[in-house]
Amino acid sequence: MVVNQKGIGTGKVPIIALAGIGVSFGAVKALSDIELAIMPGECVGVVGHNGAGKSTLVNVINGRLSPTTGDASYDGGDSKADFRNSLRARNAGIRSVFQELSLCPNLTVLENLRIPYRKMPWRNWRGNAALAVRASLDAIFPGNGIDPYRVVGDLSIAERQMVEIAIAFSGRDIDARLVILDEPTSSLDGAIADQLLDYIGRFCAKGGAIIFISHMLGEIFKVASRLVVMKDGRILANDDAENFTRDSLVDAMGHVVPDAADVAAARKHKEFGPEVLRMENGLTARKGEIVGLAGLAGHGQAEALAQCFLERSSDWRATREPAVVFVAGDRGRDGVMPLWSIMRNLSLQTLVEFSRRFLVDCKGEKALAQQWHHKIGIKTDNLESSILSLSGGNQQKVLFSRALASIAPIVVMDDPMRGVDVGTKKEVYRMIRDEAEKGRTFLWYSTETDEILECDRVFVFRDSAIAAELTGDDITEENMLRASFEMQEAAP
Amino acid sequence: MTMTAKNNAVPTPKQGVKYLLGALSRKAWIWAYLAAGATYVAAILAGSGGGGGGIWSLLYVAFTFASFAVMVGIGQMFVVTLGPGNVDLSIPATMTLAGTVALKFMASDGALVVPGLLIAIGVGLACGLFNFGLILLMRIPPIIATLSSSFLFQSLAIWSNRGLRIKPPQSLADFATGGTVGIPNAALVALLVSVLAWVILEKAIVGRWILATGQNKRAARLGGVPVNAVHFGVYVGCAVLAGLTGFMLASFSGGANLNMGTEYMLMSIAVVVIGGSSIAGGNSNVPGIWAAALFMFLLVSMLNSYGLGAGVRLILTGLIIVSVVALASKKRGRV
Repeated sequence: MVVNQKGIGTGKVPIIALAGIGVSFGAVKALSDIELAIMPGECVGVVGHNGAGKSTLVNVINGRLSPTTGDASYDGGDSKADFRNSLRARNAGIRSVFQELSLCPNLTVLENLRIPYRKMPWRNWRGNAALAVRASLDAIFPGNGIDPYRVVGDLSIAERQMVEIAIAFSGRDIDARLVILDEPTSSLDGAIADQLLDYIGRFCAKGGAIIFISHMLGEIFKVASRLVVMKDGRILANDDAENFTRDSLVDAMGHVVPDAADVAAARKHKEFGPEVLRMENGLTARKGEIVGLAGLAGHGQAEALAQCFLERSSDWRATREPAVVFVAGDRGRDGVMPLWSIMRNLSLQTLVEFSRRFLVDCKGEKALAQQWHHKIGIKTDNLESSILSLSGGNQQKVLFSRALASIAPIVVMDDPMRGVDVGTKKEVYRMIRDEAEKGRTFLWYSTETDEILECDRVFVFRDSAIAAELTGDDITEENMLRASFEMQEAAP
Repeated sequence: MTMTAKNNAVPTPKQGVKYLLGALSRKAWIWAYLAAGATYVAAILAGSGGGGGGIWSLLYVAFTFASFAVMVGIGQMFVVTLGPGNVDLSIPATMTLAGTVALKFMASDGALVVPGLLIAIGVGLACGLFNFGLILLMRIPPIIATLSSSFLFQSLAIWSNRGLRIKPPQSLADFATGGTVGIPNAALVALLVSVLAWVILEKAIVGRWILATGQNKRAARLGGVPVNAVHFGVYVGCAVLAGLTGFMLASFSGGANLNMGTEYMLMSIAVVVIGGSSIAGGNSNVPGIWAAALFMFLLVSMLNSYGLGAGVRLILTGLIIVSVVALASKKRGRV
């Protein structure tokens, strides 16, 4: 191992200082006038809507993007902004965990460590890498049980997220001093997310710094010592965390606080139609009902949803009246067509519904795209630009529109709110409730308790089977946790 | 995420030549057309046409030969669009089998042309069904499946043909070698096929499904695309086109011949790639196939007319193809 000269948390020099940073892509200004310095020992929470510029900010700090204007200074070094920033960032000990998981799925866990660790000693590197990943995983997520020799593609999405985080914190020639976590808990369930938050606290106490981007305000308040609020590529507020309250933070972002009583009221006065769905594992749903699938991540909910969808749709023919549609949560794997425009992505599911004959009805397609553009507020001025030009949350909105545009009576949603901001979430919840009232049935798997609380009936999964069925007032966080963990308590 | 925005910078909507050039340069197939045009000029300068009328006669010949490559190339293009690992290696064998069986049936009788054509198409249909069966039911990777079925088809062709070379009916031979208003009939047939393919790929629902399947099969399935039907249609369609081409080629060259398909194995793939379709799937175009097929023929005739030896000719062919593909892939437009 090369001796680490910097060590973590030495000195009072900011690890990164941005001065007047601006980034534009053609006419689009992704960032402007960013002033931000991060000192050792700080945990900076960054909040803002989808498309506020959070991911772009991260990419400037880790050097993947060169700023159009302004200066970035790493570790008190020269203020320069050029293509060598990514090298400077690496030497300053800056690491990133991305919102879109960035592991190579065809490699094993330990091989994925080898990729960012460029100067790894050759001798017995597999063994050493396995030890390093193991140590890091155990330090952050005790009792995770992930084998470093497993291929990443075989891991569940939560496990992949854990591996990615562990790799970012793992020991290398240059220790991690600033770790950027972009939506790190979006696919982790509560207990595991708490482990991460605890670890972040310890890491900062040792003098490490964290940039923590999340849409879950509870988490942000738990870990962040300072908060940065972003909107439209600018920093609106930058202050110590204790100077914010939950409400003032949401106000700063520009959204009204949701009314909790509203949800409960909406749930009470409801009558459902006949049963429209019954699966072998006991999952049932009635017309107009929102059915939640809860439990720890990776306990068979995704498989149950996939089975429900595949059983009710065909590999061989597409009908004008599909029985079921799917909203993907893992956008890259299950949803987005990366070569296509926003419009083409949006219309895929409903092509046969709005086109009368063999050819695609171009006018109908345009009208459909326009309609959903307004209805769900996709942030773009040109529906014919590439889907990848949208931020993650807006891509998700496109996938929602794709499914909801169909007349299918059952909508299957596989943790669709990953990386979606609070405001959009509220809009989508309302839209889902409206659609349910009109007689659609929703099957909704989510890793977030807030979302499960929106449901009319909840099935808690454990070890690929239904462990409990909760209805009405029984749908509480406590009941769900009890059902998810029962088995583990019984057999320690 | 936002990084990719750089690549699709919106052009300033200025009218005129500049805008047109800008729009054209984003089409992946424009490079193949430029290459074909340059090769054509070079071949003319080298005097391969010979005389004033030669300019047109070279073009006429080029279009005639290119049309066979275009027809199999379009079939292959649809297969390649389905994504990594999808390629049909049984095209040459299917061509040979369809050509020999159809010509043997017609036995040079002019009254049997239409049934003969139907038989060629039927043979293609059967070959495509067999390929698809191997791929879907036996879960064999397409490359292996089509390679092994191509041995089977080739053996069938040898068995049915027994080394005989049966002449096509005179009327059919006249049609295949002749032309209408100065355009070779073979090219007219290929043009008809291309227009049909273009409509399917760009305008039809089926085309959307094919492109979606090629980008991400799983996501396409979850988005309501009947992926098995898409694979079925594409593999069977490709084989039918190969059968039709085999019929045309056999009629054109005065009889079916057991190795008549050989050069179309690589040709069918080369025209897809040079034409600017993505070998990774999901992004294909029809106009490029024509340019690539013309380019491939003109390249060989140009090098011939410079009187180069076979070795140098092959090396140059390889180098030129590589540079065209490299140029084209630099500016790949998005849909």
